[in-house]
Amino acid sequence: MSNVESSLRPALILGDKTLHDITEDVCRPIEDKPNKYWWMAFGLASAIFLWWLLAVTYTIGTGLGVWGLNKTVGWAWDITNFVWWVGIGHAGTLISAILLLFRQKWRLSINRSAEAMTIFAVICAASFIVVHMGRPWVAYWPFPFANQFGSLWINFNSPLVWDVFAISTYFSVSLVFWYTGLIPDFAIVRDRAKTKARKFWYTILSFGWVGSAKNWQRFEEVSLVLAGLATPLVLSVHSVVSMDFATSLVPGWHTTIFPPYFVAGAIFSGFAMVQTLLLITRKVLNLEEYITIYHIDMMNRIILITGSIVGCAYLTEFFIAWYSGVEYEQYAFINRATGPYWWAYWSMMTCNVISPQLMWSSKLRKNLFMTFFLSIIVNIGMWFERFVIIVTSLHRDYVPSSWTMFHPTWVEIGLFIGSLGLFFVPFLLFTRFFPVIAMSELKTILKSSGSQSKKGATHE
Amino acid sequence: MSKKLHGIFNDDEVLLSAIKNLRAKGIKCVNAYSPYPVHGLDHALGLKRTRISIASFLYGATGTSLALLMMWYMNIWDWPMDIGGKPSWNLYKNIPAFIPVTFEFTVLCAAHGMVITFYLRSKLLPGVEPNVIHERMHDDHFVLTVEGKESDESQIREALKQYGAVEIRS
Repeated sequence: MSNVESSLRPALILGDKTLHDITEDVCRPIEDKPNKYWWMAFGLASAIFLWWLLAVTYTIGTGLGVWGLNKTVGWAWDITNFVWWVGIGHAGTLISAILLLFRQKWRLSINRSAEAMTIFAVICAASFIVVHMGRPWVAYWPFPFANQFGSLWINFNSPLVWDVFAISTYFSVSLVFWYTGLIPDFAIVRDRAKTKARKFWYTILSFGWVGSAKNWQRFEEVSLVLAGLATPLVLSVHSVVSMDFATSLVPGWHTTIFPPYFVAGAIFSGFAMVQTLLLITRKVLNLEEYITIYHIDMMNRIILITGSIVGCAYLTEFFIAWYSGVEYEQYAFINRATGPYWWAYWSMMTCNVISPQLMWSSKLRKNLFMTFFLSIIVNIGMWFERFVIIVTSLHRDYVPSSWTMFHPTWVEIGLFIGSLGLFFVPFLLFTRFFPVIAMSELKTILKSSGSQSKKGATHE
Repeated sequence: MSKKLHGIFNDDEVLLSAIKNLRAKGIKCVNAYSPYPVHGLDHALGLKRTRISIASFLYGATGTSLALLMMWYMNIWDWPMDIGGKPSWNLYKNIPAFIPVTFEFTVLCAAHGMVITFYLRSKLLPGVEPNVIHERMHDDHFVLTVEGKESDESQIREALKQYGAVEIRS
């Protein structure tokens, strides 16, 4: 294809790569032995994962009483963690689906790992749902089976049932979207395989792909339609999650602003997680020429805008609480900001509203240390947001004699910290066995957006 | 007797112009293989537009109907429940609460139906042995498969070379 892109646009692939260089650079982590940093990270993640396993086993064996819940605060870290993880997953779909529809070519170096993040984050989220049921062997009850317990069906008016449909659709659609994109890349690894075992496994994984013109034509159509389906899907998923709260009558939860507010927060925290992961991945796997400062800058802009939307939602919520004239609603919000959980509220405000405003500075957006630091801060802030919404709305209910605080036990803490292990173990395996960059699709922009096509540009 | 030949190219633009020139000469271009989707390759080869998005729409419409039918049967017809006074005696009044599940199920059917169709139609399944014509055809080389009479083989080879093939395999 002829070069139709302005030479003033920054190059998306640096280092004057050829098509073959892209193949080499992306396949190298799969074909080489992992270095000691990878083993250290993998060891740590596995250890944390074991803590999670222990906490889950203990919870299921003994009962939910081991978490520190009480009769006033019946949802605490479990649902906080669930919403946090689902939210993180949303950035992957935003990058692969919404940016595809908007023809944003910079998505191509980051979509694969962001989608992997989505898959593993949704697994973590689902684990909290299953565990918080207390009796995971009846986890199939929310599905519409004709049952032998009586002639009752599930209640389709309930947002918790919507959630079951939303999360399972989201997970399975994200999975096939991700896998379909992976097939051509697996074929490359298969063709290069030197060992018998690698040849065998990647032949199975690549589904016999040979890249004929008809297959590519269908592949592109499938990607486009899946992106079109995944875009409203991802927006619906966090809207439905927010309705778990919004359709209740608890002051602090019963607000119509929740769906857009939750979706913006989800994308905000998801992009922060993408930054955290990619800043390490690009360094460890030597992919700095593919995931460039420009990519980081673009993601920071999305963090800035979604962070500002979230900040705007916080203020709106406060204003509406006052404007509603409902005493209970007003108290719920005053209590959040000045009650015994004031520290959680102000941590949330500082991390989510004030800190992303630093991203207005172009210098800071392009600073890797600052980006990494802020991405961690945003993830902490977004965890606190869910904690504030859930626990502070519950802990002081209508009857002052049942007002209480929530204190997590080591089991509850273990489930949260341990879920990071549940996330990082598969993510680290992904970086070893799967191509972390969608190289087949990235090759399409080499001629128009590679650094060699930008030579002679007089910008700067 | 007809014979198949594979011309190997190392640039997508050369491949596209070669297809155009070969077809103008009356040489039949059967198929092309590329490491990435080449814009305009399907037109150059004269492939028909894929109908997979139409299939997806039909799967989606099936999903919509099935979801509504299921919820109508379970919560309206078979066992209506009074949940917080929400209307539970006809579908029309209860439909706002049924929209989320209807939407999710539509997307589920449209996406999975389409992807399964894509895999089956393109014969992509675990265990399928790939026909790898050139060891770098997924890396940075392009393969053009042409077909012609056996007696014309030398002319076809000549034409492939002339239009930029770096190698010819049979």
